[in-house]
Amino acid sequence: MRRKHALAGAATAALALVLSACGGGGGTSQQPAQTAAGGGAQPAFNAALTQVYNPSTKKGGTLKAAHSADWDSLDPGDTYYGYSFNFGRFYWRTLTMYKPGPGPEGNTVIPDLAEGLGTPSDDGKTWTYKLKSGLKYEDGTPITAKDVAYAVARSYDKETFPHGPSYLNELLDWPKDFKGVYKSADVDYKSAVEATDDSTVVFHLKKPFASMDYIVQMPMSAPVPKDKDTGAKYKEKVLSSGPYKFETNEIGKRFTLVRNDQWDPATDPNRPALPDRIEVQLNVNADDLDNQLISGDIDLDIPGTGLQPAALGKVLPDPALKARTDNPTIPRLWYVSVIPDNPPMDNVECRKAVMWAADRVANQTAYGGPLAGGDIATNVMPPPIVGQEKFDLYTTPENKGDVAKAKEALTACGQPNGFSTTMAFRSDRPREKALAEAMQQALAKVNIKVELKGFPGSSYFSDYAGNTDYVKKNGIGLAGHGWGSDWPDGYGFMQAIVDSRTIRKAGNYNLSVKNPEVDKLIDQASSELDETARAKLWVDVDKKVMEDASILPVVWAKSLLMRGTRVTNVAYNEGQSMYDYILLGVE
Amino acid sequence: MLIVISMVTFGIFFVVPQWAGATPEALASRYVGRAATPETVHLVAERLGFNDPVVVQYGRFVKGLFTGAEYDYGAGVEQCPAPCFGYSFISGQPVWPDLVDRLPVTFSLAVGAAIIWVLAGVSVGVISALRRGSFFDRLSMGTALAGVSLPIFFTGMISLVVFSYGLGWTPPGGAWTDFTVNPAQWAFNLLLPWITLAFLFAAGYARLTRAGMLETMGEDYIRTARAKGLREGKVVVKHGLRAALTPILTLFGIDFGLLIGGAVLTETTYTLPGLGQFAILAIRNQDLPQVMGVVLVAAGFVVVASLIVDLLYAVVDPRVRLS
Amino acid sequence: MSFLDVKDLKIHFPTDDGLVKSVDGLSFGVERGKTLGIVGESGSGKSVTSLGVLGLHKGGRARISGEIWLDGEELNGASAEHVRRLRGKKMAMIFQDPLSSMHPYYTVGHQIMEAYRIHNDVSKQVARKHAIDMLGRVGIPEPAGRVDSYPHEFSGGMRQRAMIAMALSCDPELLIADEPTTALDVTVQAQILDLMRDLQREFNSALIVITHDLGVVAELSDDILVMYGGKCVEYGSADDIFYRPEHPYTWGLLGSMPRLDREPTERLLPIKGSPPSLINVPQGCAFHPRCPYAERTGGKALTEVPALAETEGGHLVRCHMSRSERQGLWENEIKPVLEIQ
Repeated sequence: MRRKHALAGAATAALALVLSACGGGGGTSQQPAQTAAGGGAQPAFNAALTQVYNPSTKKGGTLKAAHSADWDSLDPGDTYYGYSFNFGRFYWRTLTMYKPGPGPEGNTVIPDLAEGLGTPSDDGKTWTYKLKSGLKYEDGTPITAKDVAYAVARSYDKETFPHGPSYLNELLDWPKDFKGVYKSADVDYKSAVEATDDSTVVFHLKKPFASMDYIVQMPMSAPVPKDKDTGAKYKEKVLSSGPYKFETNEIGKRFTLVRNDQWDPATDPNRPALPDRIEVQLNVNADDLDNQLISGDIDLDIPGTGLQPAALGKVLPDPALKARTDNPTIPRLWYVSVIPDNPPMDNVECRKAVMWAADRVANQTAYGGPLAGGDIATNVMPPPIVGQEKFDLYTTPENKGDVAKAKEALTACGQPNGFSTTMAFRSDRPREKALAEAMQQALAKVNIKVELKGFPGSSYFSDYAGNTDYVKKNGIGLAGHGWGSDWPDGYGFMQAIVDSRTIRKAGNYNLSVKNPEVDKLIDQASSELDETARAKLWVDVDKKVMEDASILPVVWAKSLLMRGTRVTNVAYNEGQSMYDYILLGVE
Repeated sequence: MLIVISMVTFGIFFVVPQWAGATPEALASRYVGRAATPETVHLVAERLGFNDPVVVQYGRFVKGLFTGAEYDYGAGVEQCPAPCFGYSFISGQPVWPDLVDRLPVTFSLAVGAAIIWVLAGVSVGVISALRRGSFFDRLSMGTALAGVSLPIFFTGMISLVVFSYGLGWTPPGGAWTDFTVNPAQWAFNLLLPWITLAFLFAAGYARLTRAGMLETMGEDYIRTARAKGLREGKVVVKHGLRAALTPILTLFGIDFGLLIGGAVLTETTYTLPGLGQFAILAIRNQDLPQVMGVVLVAAGFVVVASLIVDLLYAVVDPRVRLS
Repeated sequence: MSFLDVKDLKIHFPTDDGLVKSVDGLSFGVERGKTLGIVGESGSGKSVTSLGVLGLHKGGRARISGEIWLDGEELNGASAEHVRRLRGKKMAMIFQDPLSSMHPYYTVGHQIMEAYRIHNDVSKQVARKHAIDMLGRVGIPEPAGRVDSYPHEFSGGMRQRAMIAMALSCDPELLIADEPTTALDVTVQAQILDLMRDLQREFNSALIVITHDLGVVAELSDDILVMYGGKCVEYGSADDIFYRPEHPYTWGLLGSMPRLDREPTERLLPIKGSPPSLINVPQGCAFHPRCPYAERTGGKALTEVPALAETEGGHLVRCHMSRSERQGLWENEIKPVLEIQ
């Protein structure tokens, strides 16, 4: 249950290499100079990380954006990609939102449609939000609390809206026989969410939950008027509540946003709404997209996951191009699941042997090194997570593994001569393959023989590494994995990959953490309403997992983002873990 | 033939994964995104009908082709008139209009390239045959050998790097303008893909034409035509080339049919929004209705093209008509 | 000067193996209304000669020298374009094997119309009428019905008639027929020969008939030229050649003639050996390796090319033997065997 990052398909990598090899530096080196002349800002590496790069209040122009794949859905109730949450704020407004702009403040939540943050009841099971006045849709009709409640209720129907997150399905106290607003049109859902008057939305939870403000910044809380709702077809004509509305929308191809004259900036201090027009191309070849971004033909790479390997080869060696990039650490961990399902890995000492033997530097190199890959991770939670603490239970010399300690652990495990196991990885991800090879080499030094098995990424979790029967039958002991968070707190990052109660037969994301003590700590943490105490509890969860030695952290991922040549007001937002799209303008 | 193709495609998507142990839920898990709970996956498997026997699923697909189908979009039911290739598992959009939408791109690409390669290939072949052994002959046949040997993603990439990104003469990959909007821009955008694709094919046609012309220009009826006092140009084209046309026509029928079905590599290389790119996306997304649609349409074009070629045989070679 | 006058025509083809002297110093003439038969085995250069007269070697690899005068106009030195304009109009050709000589993809009518319209600026309708007319004149029944037929839909004789119709479509003053009856059976051969004779009278054109079969020219020709190894070995009136032949090769040809009074396979005086290679033409008399009388020349045949010498009244013979020797051999050894009266 977490926001997916649109990861680069590896299939294009081979072509990309050809292109970069042939096209190195083709007429691009003068571009940054133009930017400097036009925008008056000096491009510099990481210039948009802690401050706004090329700040501007100038309105007008067309922001040209492109996406290398299809949008999962433009419907606020049916979308789950980070870029969609980020970009969608052009045409929707939610109860709360991440504070726009750079720096650590970007992780904090502020009100958007709501007058203030949510008010929890004393038991933490009821959350109340009060709407601002003067809110309107693009057609001039007022936005009411009823529409917000309806939008939340309609997102419940996962048959119609299979893409969106299901936090609210699980958190709220839905009527037993409720199957969604279409199939159960006569069932009243007020036990879960209700509008007590035109401006008050009340959420009723099954159990106490502290992070509600993070949940309602997601687009399920974007209002949808019942009489305009067309179910799965609503994505073709979304009624805007934000500063822009759809002019055209060709699903799978392109769409255009223009100004929504019914949006009242007085109710919305957070969106500067600079461009007059926003054009989005879909399904653009990822390498073409990078080339167009480099040349300035487009302003924005929608997925926000960074440049492709081909473009990296071109950009990093060129100081002028590198000065247009930012290299933030994102709330994402690449790691190895150390799976206790098959002996001898059911013994914690044997898992610890893996921890000690792993060569962290080799693993980091496999993932692309410090710039393109990320910093060496020593524990589960990445640094951008609120309250994260960096600690290291398995310190080894120069991070290159400790054979002696590993052998000690093996002896304690009763396997002094080592053992054999199998490591699964996604064969369509070259970096994960490289990681598997690095692990194989490192573990061989302590006589742990690792057999490598590659699987297709699309069915990795459903049929292979995330399928408990398959793991047991095939003796899988290690598996390449990666995780990003939906929101930057412990619950948002950790719950899905360390809570053993989420494990089912197939489609698991928690492959290895099966520890009741961890589960107990998770329950304590998620019901703790005090923010500081809560963060501390999540660090405890992190420590417990590391003691359990069931996750071997590899890198805290970094992405390499590139600023378009014409864009103004660029800032990396930690909450979005991308550039803050709603701030952008064009020269 | 189309039935066989549809069954094979269907089988690859449903039967094979189930042999490999995939459950309906595992199939459905591809169409919900990775965030879905088991309940969501189950609901989607139900909605897409993955729990039904394969025969029933196939029957439903075929029925949709002939009688149309219905699509429940939550707030109501939408009719999908025949031929209904179903609804995309990913976007929920009906497949047929999407295919129809992309046809002009592929058609423009194929027709333009075909015109170039036939004109270029045949005329080079003719000149080579007439000047057999000359420098032109050796140069063009050498180039032709390179042409048939170099894959389109190589020549395509090179051409993009040189002409689009390097010299800036041609638009970058992904440029497409509808003919009805701006014919000049349409042609300009397609120029590079046309030439690259034509280069690949022209090579084969040049070689085939050359071989055919070498044979026919030695025929007695060529001498007769000359003895009548016919101009050499007419002798070559009307008598020589006409007789060498049959194998060229055969090849053209096959090539063109396949190309309309999707110039996969060319469209991918130049990012043209045609059927080939559609096919790649559909396969990458494992979007069965889209894959079925594009495969069937492609197969349909191959069948139609070979039918037309068969009919044209009779027009080109009167001897076929009687026998 | 005759209507067609060919003087010292040489047509040589350079090849990788050497120079092929297909025609090597040939001279002859034909008048309007007269027929010349050119006879020789395959490879003797007779077809090359006819193509040379029509200028069909122009632009190719052939080296041509000598003079070709047609109606007072020299053609060998004329431009290819000029000769092309004459071709089909002033001079036309009937080819052997009309199945391969007519284009399989066009109707017979179309091919005749094409020939006509090259030289006559007329509408398709007019040309079509003319084609039907021509087909009628060459004796094709129901010409209007057959004009749209393809060559493969015709019988061999009909095709040859169609070919003749095509050649005659522009009323040529010089008509060259290259083995016009070879592909046909005997009765059809006779019909075609009759047709050609009738048409020649009607059009009053000069006719050259090229054949390996003396029987064909016997009925048609006024004069006959016997070729061997690219050269003329004997030239004379039809009577000279049939009743007073003086060259051993001509005797051989006469002996090889299929005759209506004999079995078709029976040959009275076959020529031994095979025609000479045109690259390495034998030294001396080209015919000497096959000539039964070569030793009678006292070795001259092996070293010296005999001259083409006039015996009497335009009868030319290329032979080292003396005239009396040749006449003696003919009267005493050859004529009785051939049973010529």
